[in-house]
Amino acid sequence: MSTTETTYVIPEKRELTTKPRFSDKVFRGVVTGGGLTSLVVLGLIFGFLLYQGYDIFRAQGFSFITSSRWDVTFDDAGNIISSDFGLSAMLIGTIICSFIAVLIAVPISVATALYLSFYAPPLVKKFMVTVIDLMAAFPSILFGIWAYAILMPSGAYWAKLLNKYFGFIPVFSNDQQVYDSSPFIASLILAIMIIPIITSISREIFSQAPLDRIQAAYALGATRWAMIRAVVIPHGRSGVIGGAMLGLGRAMGETVAVYTVLNLVFAINWKILFGVGGNVASLILLKFGEATPFEIKALMAAGLVLFVLTLIVNFSADLLVRSFGGKGK
Amino acid sequence: MSTTSSPVDYSAVKPNRPWQASPRDRAITGGIFALSVLIASVSVKLTGFSGKLGFFASFVIIFIAITASREYLRFGNALAKDTLVNTLVAVGAFITLIPIVSIIYTVVSRGFKGLYPGLFYRDMSLNAPNDPLNVGGLGHAIVGTLLLVSVALIISVPIGILTALYLTEIKGNLSRPIRFLVQAMSGVPSIVAGLFIFSAILLPITKDNSSILGSLALAILMVPTVARTAEEVLNLIPNDLREAGVALGGTQWRTVAMIVVPAAKSGLITAVILGIARIAGETAPVLLLAGGGDKFNYNPTSGPMGSLPYYIWRSFGAGSEEAIARAWTGLLVLLLIVFALFAAARFFGNRKVGK
Repeated sequence: MSTTETTYVIPEKRELTTKPRFSDKVFRGVVTGGGLTSLVVLGLIFGFLLYQGYDIFRAQGFSFITSSRWDVTFDDAGNIISSDFGLSAMLIGTIICSFIAVLIAVPISVATALYLSFYAPPLVKKFMVTVIDLMAAFPSILFGIWAYAILMPSGAYWAKLLNKYFGFIPVFSNDQQVYDSSPFIASLILAIMIIPIITSISREIFSQAPLDRIQAAYALGATRWAMIRAVVIPHGRSGVIGGAMLGLGRAMGETVAVYTVLNLVFAINWKILFGVGGNVASLILLKFGEATPFEIKALMAAGLVLFVLTLIVNFSADLLVRSFGGKGK
Repeated sequence: MSTTSSPVDYSAVKPNRPWQASPRDRAITGGIFALSVLIASVSVKLTGFSGKLGFFASFVIIFIAITASREYLRFGNALAKDTLVNTLVAVGAFITLIPIVSIIYTVVSRGFKGLYPGLFYRDMSLNAPNDPLNVGGLGHAIVGTLLLVSVALIISVPIGILTALYLTEIKGNLSRPIRFLVQAMSGVPSIVAGLFIFSAILLPITKDNSSILGSLALAILMVPTVARTAEEVLNLIPNDLREAGVALGGTQWRTVAMIVVPAAKSGLITAVILGIARIAGETAPVLLLAGGGDKFNYNPTSGPMGSLPYYIWRSFGAGSEEAIARAWTGLLVLLLIVFALFAAARFFGNRKVGK
């Protein structure tokens, strides 16, 4: 105890709080609102398309998916006598085209990604990564018109070869001997369009392969291929499948390129080399210009089906890519 | 160096790189390459395996056969397989390059004919696509595309960046679902985005085409691109910066606004540019919503608006030789725009984060 008299000015106790200030509350509110936009937009898309297409779903019921006719009959006064809207031909066309596109694109993309990740010299790698990124930014109308003008002759020739040597398999048969504008060629251009996407996702996933295991494999004397087979492929498999599904989703929704290349006809066509086909997106574009208000409702319903289809594909793709991302580290 | 047993002269030892291809290796590879080309071209001439495809296929098969068997004889099975795979993946990469080279070459060589100065300030109001190439132009289309893109930009950039900020700064409970939904949104087909705006706004309210509706649809397509790229960029900002901001007594709002966002500026610009590149050539929603105009229209809220994709689409649909040349010229202009955007994105993206 000291005897000197000193006066201490004790500052008032500051209030300690973790409560956010007003500005932060506003900030958090605005940012959260912005973040929720995607939810709102997706919900609105679903809601409005369902609202507009509801009449069609009610009138057609399940046959909207299973029927393959797309007819409206009018009487002289312009009233609708009967209508029959069915998507099955276009749905089958969508699925055929996009699946073949993925089948063509995946091996090429995985090979490209492997080459870029493990084999390419640094300069080649840098150049090709830039070029492939650029290709991903090309608009679809560019692919469409290029495919019509340049790819079509080659594609028809390849189709002829396929038909010549594998024509005994029903999907490759073609009685008409005309090979232009076939689903096969549409698949080719879709494949070219999704190669950049699948390549960049695969490359990203390969680059996350655990380095210690890669080096362990090399240290044990593995060749590059042995290392890839032992480390990279088991590690990246589900991610690559996810990337392929993202590509599938993109291919399913593609409109303009398919519209330009394909000979759109309403018929279920399993012969991929024969120039008859279509997909849901190109159907919407084709019918939109001349559609009556009633038919527009049917197109909205078709849009909803396409939306739900791509959403499912994208969700599962995302799950695959992500589930992999978790255990990769 | 000789095989004498004298002490090793270390000054004569040069560092070598055994993992690199020596000039001899390169010469042998080149020789095998040339030999394969030779055999393939002979076989294309002589056998039924003809054409470009036949040449390519026989070249690849012969090249693989020679290199793999050489490796097999030298080093055995494992290295032969490695060489085989090496060649296969290189072929895959080469196949990826073919279409892009062909696309650029075709667009430049065919679009070049239609270029003339008037192209950039005239419109098509007095001309049909079938007219000769020295009349009419795509000035209106460039104006239209600019308007469409800038309105879409005004809508989507704040939303995209706010979404990215939510995912990186707030990291709330909703981060996972929102990341999921942004991913799902990036998969929405462009025609569906167009149909949505058509059913939600054009049909019940405006009942007429206008470019602002097109911009809305384009904004839907652009938001995910901006959000995902911006998220990646913001994740690169070191956490130290945020902690420093908070330690100095800044609120979260001031930390983000004055430290994080300025630090990520160039990356965010990249995100926006990539978003523009994504929508600049988008055709389907523009056809549905903005309609297509052939004359200058500076008003985004009313009347049909021309745009580059519509110009290309219409010219291509007209079918005559001149019209198709017009379409290629339009594609060339569009491609140049995409190139320019891409170069700008790389320029900003390569700058160091944090400056």
